[in-house]
Amino acid sequence: MDNPKKQWQHADPAGVLTGTHFLDGDHACCEGALAAGARFAAGYPITPSTEVVERFAARIPTIGGTFIQLEDEMAASIAIAGAVWAGAKAFTVTSGPGFSLMMEHIGFAVMTETPCVFVNVQRGGPSTGLPTLPAQGDMMQARWGSHGDYEIIALSPSSPQECFDLTIQAFNLAERFRTPVMFMMDECVGHMTEKVVIPPADQIMIYQRRHTDRSPGEYLPYQPSADLVPDMAHAGEGYRFHITGLTHDERGYPSMNAEAQDRLVKRLKAKIQTAAAELVNVEEEGLEDAEVVVVSYGITARVAQRAIMLAREKGLKVGKLRLIVVWPFPAALIRALAGRVKAFVVPELNLGQMVNEVERAAAGAAKVLSVPHAGGTVHQPEVILDAIMEAAK
Amino acid sequence: MSTIEVLPQAPANPVEVCLRTDRLPHIWCPGCGIGTTVNCFARALLESKMPLDRVAVVSGIGCSGRVAGYVKLDSFHTTHGRAIPFATGLKLANPSLQVVVYSGDGDLAAIGGNHLIHAARRNIDIKVICVNNFIYAMTGGQSGPTTPLAAITATSPYGAYEPAFNLPQLMDAAGAVYVARWTAYHVRQLARSMGEILRKKGFCFIEVLSPCPTLYERRNKLGEGLDTMRMYKEKSKIRNGISTSEVALGASEEIIVGKFVDRDRPDYSELLRRQMVARLGDKYVEAPVCSCD
Repeated sequence: MDNPKKQWQHADPAGVLTGTHFLDGDHACCEGALAAGARFAAGYPITPSTEVVERFAARIPTIGGTFIQLEDEMAASIAIAGAVWAGAKAFTVTSGPGFSLMMEHIGFAVMTETPCVFVNVQRGGPSTGLPTLPAQGDMMQARWGSHGDYEIIALSPSSPQECFDLTIQAFNLAERFRTPVMFMMDECVGHMTEKVVIPPADQIMIYQRRHTDRSPGEYLPYQPSADLVPDMAHAGEGYRFHITGLTHDERGYPSMNAEAQDRLVKRLKAKIQTAAAELVNVEEEGLEDAEVVVVSYGITARVAQRAIMLAREKGLKVGKLRLIVVWPFPAALIRALAGRVKAFVVPELNLGQMVNEVERAAAGAAKVLSVPHAGGTVHQPEVILDAIMEAAK
Repeated sequence: MSTIEVLPQAPANPVEVCLRTDRLPHIWCPGCGIGTTVNCFARALLESKMPLDRVAVVSGIGCSGRVAGYVKLDSFHTTHGRAIPFATGLKLANPSLQVVVYSGDGDLAAIGGNHLIHAARRNIDIKVICVNNFIYAMTGGQSGPTTPLAAITATSPYGAYEPAFNLPQLMDAAGAVYVARWTAYHVRQLARSMGEILRKKGFCFIEVLSPCPTLYERRNKLGEGLDTMRMYKEKSKIRNGISTSEVALGASEEIIVGKFVDRDRPDYSELLRRQMVARLGDKYVEAPVCSCD
């Protein structure tokens, strides 16, 4: 790819519902996908995520595209890969049990460098757990759930507006890095209804598919560009290429030996790792003189906001660090903060997942307090406040 | 001065335009029937005059799942059992593609069985070629949903006792518009059948019985691949149009082959379009052939 700038184009107005709306997070996510140019969705019903594809099923026939409800989540999560290789932008939507079933195809999309988006509206687990109630228990599964070594990108919205905005970003990152992107909502954000402003199409920038400009005779499907990401071709264009989930060489041919594995898997990780600084997306507030930093994401960041306000009323110097891009984890940022703050407080709707990353990055330079919650509802702000006061001691 | 006689170049096999000759030799064992079926497929493709750039092959995992790697077409070697839903996404996002699923009995009828019946029910316009060697060969010859009763396999060391699927009947019941069974011996009939499904709209299914001398024939003392071909020749009875309830393997000494089902009903895209036009009229926008360029 010679000119990365040409990849950015305005959104197709056909999919952009410009205006001010009152939407829940699930519906806003669907509008974000449509604005991003997604014209193919495959799904299997599961609470609390189904409203995303219900809206897509209602909207897509008048826009031009395909929705198909498949027989299970394995089918949904590979049908989107098929659609991508035919030229579409595609996504699937699910929640915990379905997310577990999709893991193999997250790995397939990683290995075949298939750009696509997996939306997970998280509910309480393990197993069937709490179908209608919130949790953030799949954050590590999003990172590590498929077998083998790989790097992943995951985003976490805190409001219906962000469900719209960040879904677009998820698609853009998927195309930019040719990788599956995890969109980690939760039941609260998914079912919360708020004002959502959808701008005109010419104010939404979309990263277009990195299509090769080489002729079929010259094209190698897995020859990386300078940024380690290869350009794509689509079925039916005359390239007659081969795609496999097996370890492969630049021709896309299976190449099963330690050298090919080393070259491929390291490149797949490196294409995202080397862009880690570009990928950092956090909301910061009051970090300048903070002694305690609350690290949170998703719905929990909004509960933490209240706790931070209460702590400041008590005269405590508390900063807020909200993770928007959760994976890759912004370890360098945490490391830098750890050198000058007393402690991190990490509330999350699980029994301690992202807190491990905070601890690892802080590497003992600052205290790290977990504020766990098994899910089913959100934290009481006072519980987070107590942790902040404990941390400030 | 001696002269060096230059041997004339052997004429290229006409099917080579359909094959990735740079990947040969293939991984299939001597006596295996999969390569024979690929030869038939290539001949059917060439005969059809279909532009090869518009044909995509999707495979799952297993010996037959390797077909995608050897055909010089847009080809996808996907995950175990999921060739059909991948093909569904590929076809729906670009209906101008001719999408062929080429895989094995274990991949399509066991782990992928749910997708097989639902794709037939929907009448998705894809063509399924199922090479049936009665076992999971790639993993060392374990039993599966097509293993004959009493057959010795790696996981049925004392003989298989689960009843097998009658795949043509399953596909007939699920709604496939074309169902046939041939063996690796019936190369002309198979190639003709493959040509027919390339021209037919809707979900088509061909079962091809194929020897696995390494793992099935050997364990069951059935001889070499050639012995199996002889057996196919002697025991097969062509019974076109017979009810699929009559074609279960093992029900008699005969192997019933032929074209059992060839009917027409609207495919998935046609049903979708009709419903949307009925409800939305002019507001309905047919899905364009996707291109992110």
